[in-house]
Amino acid sequence: MEKRFIYADNAATTAVSEEVLNAMLPHFRTAYGNASSIYKLGRDAQKDVEEAREKVAKALGAEPREIFFTSCGSEADNWAIKGTAELMEKRGKKHIITSVFEHHAVLHTCEYLEKHGFEITYIPVNDKGLIDPEDVRKAIREDTALVTIMYANNEIGTIQPISEIAAICNEKKVLFHTDAVQAVGHVEIDVHAQGIDMLSLSGHKIHAQKGIGVLYIRKGITLPNLIHGGGQERTKRAGTENVPAIVGLGVAIENASKNIAEKAAVITPRRNRLIDGLLKLPYTRLNGDRDKRLPGNLNISFEGIEGESLLLMLDLNGICASSGSACTSGSLDPSHVLLSIGLKHEIAHGSLRLSIEEDVTDEDIDYILEVVPQVVAKLRSMSPVWEKMMKGEKYE
Amino acid sequence: MMYSEKVLDHFSNPRNVGEIENADGVGEIGNAKCGDIMKMYLKIDNGIITDAKFKTFGCGAAVATSSMATELIKGKSIDDALKLTNDAVVEALDGLPAVKIHCSVLAEQAVRSALSDYYTKQGIDPLPIIGEIKMPEE
Repeated sequence: MEKRFIYADNAATTAVSEEVLNAMLPHFRTAYGNASSIYKLGRDAQKDVEEAREKVAKALGAEPREIFFTSCGSEADNWAIKGTAELMEKRGKKHIITSVFEHHAVLHTCEYLEKHGFEITYIPVNDKGLIDPEDVRKAIREDTALVTIMYANNEIGTIQPISEIAAICNEKKVLFHTDAVQAVGHVEIDVHAQGIDMLSLSGHKIHAQKGIGVLYIRKGITLPNLIHGGGQERTKRAGTENVPAIVGLGVAIENASKNIAEKAAVITPRRNRLIDGLLKLPYTRLNGDRDKRLPGNLNISFEGIEGESLLLMLDLNGICASSGSACTSGSLDPSHVLLSIGLKHEIAHGSLRLSIEEDVTDEDIDYILEVVPQVVAKLRSMSPVWEKMMKGEKYE
Repeated sequence: MMYSEKVLDHFSNPRNVGEIENADGVGEIGNAKCGDIMKMYLKIDNGIITDAKFKTFGCGAAVATSSMATELIKGKSIDDALKLTNDAVVEALDGLPAVKIHCSVLAEQAVRSALSDYYTKQGIDPLPIIGEIKMPEE
């Protein structure tokens, strides 16, 4: 089969779409005004920023005044968690509930607060990568300041019961934040209807540029200002607005949040064909619930091989993918997400994440289904771990 | 992660992959939990390493360092093979990212482990000749 180039790592980042780029371009050379300036060039920029804010609000079921632009999803997570901590500490609430398999932007922020006297409860996930809302209910205490649970997991794509968790938090009068960086544009979200108090999202996961994010803060919640300075973002997050990025995000989220069901109807069968095809290989497992997962996500472990080698070999064959191996995480431990669903270290090392969108065609799926088994076979043939497995010896 | 062209070459076309039947020395180092295992097979005639093969479970650097280590010791005397350092493997590969240096230590120790096995099979205590086999710092 002829070599192809297939981008199957949309959970890492996406290409800026042509429509987004075209909307952004005038804001670099012609409509470059500072949105705070009084003259028309500035007023026009202000208008474009507010239009983008309306688009974001509409996509989330929020009001425009509840939308605050940030520089990325991690900034939004940091603001939501540290801001709430500061706000609630004054009321004697120093307990935060999160999950064991959050993104590091949430986990490391919680660990930081732990060093500053906060107590953190890490809710476990089951072997399918799902949180039981009742576990959240049981963990809520009198002094709980915040519950922060991700909408969809970035590695295994599992979609959490966010409405149920939010309902419990509302009932218990505890603030609820969700990192929805992976979910926005892939699942229907309505923050008001679902009772979500705060939500983080990132532009570059939905075909806007890198360096733009959003924190939705339900009106009535007065988080401390994140950046002190000028009056931008209603004085809460100072700094001259990144007008091109904001405008691009507006177009991106508008596009991403329409036809969610139609897109899923195209992607899901292709993704399922990948799952079924790859699971035919022996000593292979799917990580995360098969149904309650993002339409384009697949995460599979191949026993006896190591993930970085797998990614390099796939790259040689034109396939861009990701892994939870230690070698790709920059530490000796494999992905905390894969360990959290009960995978042993040696199996977590051999994981492969593919995150596809509609541009990955049926022919591309055929290609992946031809290349991955060949690469896995090659790596297994040179693996002493695989050799031992085949001889029935212990290899841990 | 920036790998040199040489690392990528040895990763994508690894030299001396496989096993040697009735090898004179077989060494294995690392563990699957940490994500790297190297197994090295040596054929030795009159103190000369006439063939070397390896199997590796691990990252790109682990495969490339195994491949390079076998290249560097093939045709050499046991004494010369014992002088193989991880630095020499790194240099021969035009460098490794800092987080991957431990792979070169594994390769060095895999060679020593195989030679140790060779001496043991000859009925000679390898410890005074080879010393302890060290695992890279975990």
